[in-house]
Amino acid sequence: MMLNGFLVVGALLFALGATGVLIRRNAIVMLMCIELMLQGANVTLAAFSRYLDDQAGFVLVVFSLTVAAAEVAIGLAILVALSRVNPVVNVDQLDSLSG
Amino acid sequence: MADNLETTVAFWYLAIAAVGAGALMLVARNPVHSAISLVIVIFHVAGLFVILGAGFLAVAQIAIYAGAIVVLFLFTLMMLDMRRLPEERVTHRQIWLGIPLGILLAIEGVVVSVGTPEISASIKGAFPPATVSELGGSTQALAVALFNEFTLPFLGASVLLTAATIGAIVLARRVESHEQADFPQAAKASPPDEAPAEPVLEESAR
Repeated sequence: MMLNGFLVVGALLFALGATGVLIRRNAIVMLMCIELMLQGANVTLAAFSRYLDDQAGFVLVVFSLTVAAAEVAIGLAILVALSRVNPVVNVDQLDSLSG
Repeated sequence: MADNLETTVAFWYLAIAAVGAGALMLVARNPVHSAISLVIVIFHVAGLFVILGAGFLAVAQIAIYAGAIVVLFLFTLMMLDMRRLPEERVTHRQIWLGIPLGILLAIEGVVVSVGTPEISASIKGAFPPATVSELGGSTQALAVALFNEFTLPFLGASVLLTAATIGAIVLARRVESHEQADFPQAAKASPPDEAPAEPVLEESAR
C-alpha cells in the first residue's frame, strides 16, 4: 500500500534532519536540517491528506511552507546580527550566555 | 490515484533520491554543498507531491523553498564568508550520541509507518476524487478548503509573514554610529568580544 511508503519517506527525512541538528556544528547547516525535518512532516501531511480524501493536510502544508519561510528569515537574520558581534558560525563557540 | 506501475516506479525513484540527498546533506563538509543537497531533496519531495495529486503544492514548494529559502541560505553563506572562517571539525563532539539517537528515531518512525493500518472508508473526509474532479481539480479543491474552513489561519499566516519580514529587517540592520548611543551594550561589546574569540578557537581545535 502506497500510504505506508510515503510515511516511511517522511519518517526517514525527519530522522535525517533530527540527526543533522544533533551532529552538525555549523549553525546554517543546522537551520537547513530543520528545513529537512519540515519536509518530512510535509510529506506525511500530504500523504495522509491524499489517502483520507481530506484537504486539511494539504492546507497544513501551505501553512508549514509559510512558517518555514518566516523561520528561515528570522533565523538567518539572527545569525547575521550575531556574526557582527562574534564572527563564528560554530554553535559550540556561541556560548556568551553560559557565564 | 491508482497504484499502477508508473506511479510505483516514480515513487521509489523519488523516495530513494530524496532520502539519499538528505543523507548527503548531513555528510557534506562544505555548507554550499549542503544547500545544493537541500535543493535536490526539495525537488524530489515536490515530485512526491505530484504523485499525491497536489500539483499546486509541488509548484509552491519549488517556488518558495528552492526559489526563496535556499537562495536566502546561499546569500547568508556568501555574506558570512565561510572561507575566511577558521577550519573546524564538521561534526559535533556528541556525534557518538547523536547518530544512535537518529537511527533509533528512524527505526521508530519506520516501524510506526509500516504498521499504519489501511484507512477504512468510515473515517474518510469530504473530498473523494470524484468531488475533487467535480470542483475542477486539486488546486480548486485546496482553494475551497483554504478559503472556507481555514480563512482565519490564512489571514494569520499573512500577519506572521509581515511580522517575520519586519523582524528580519530590524535584526539584520547595521547599527549606525549615531544610534549606538541607544544601544550602549552593542557598541561596547563588539570590540572586546572579538579578542577572546581566538583562544576559544584554539581550544576547540585540539
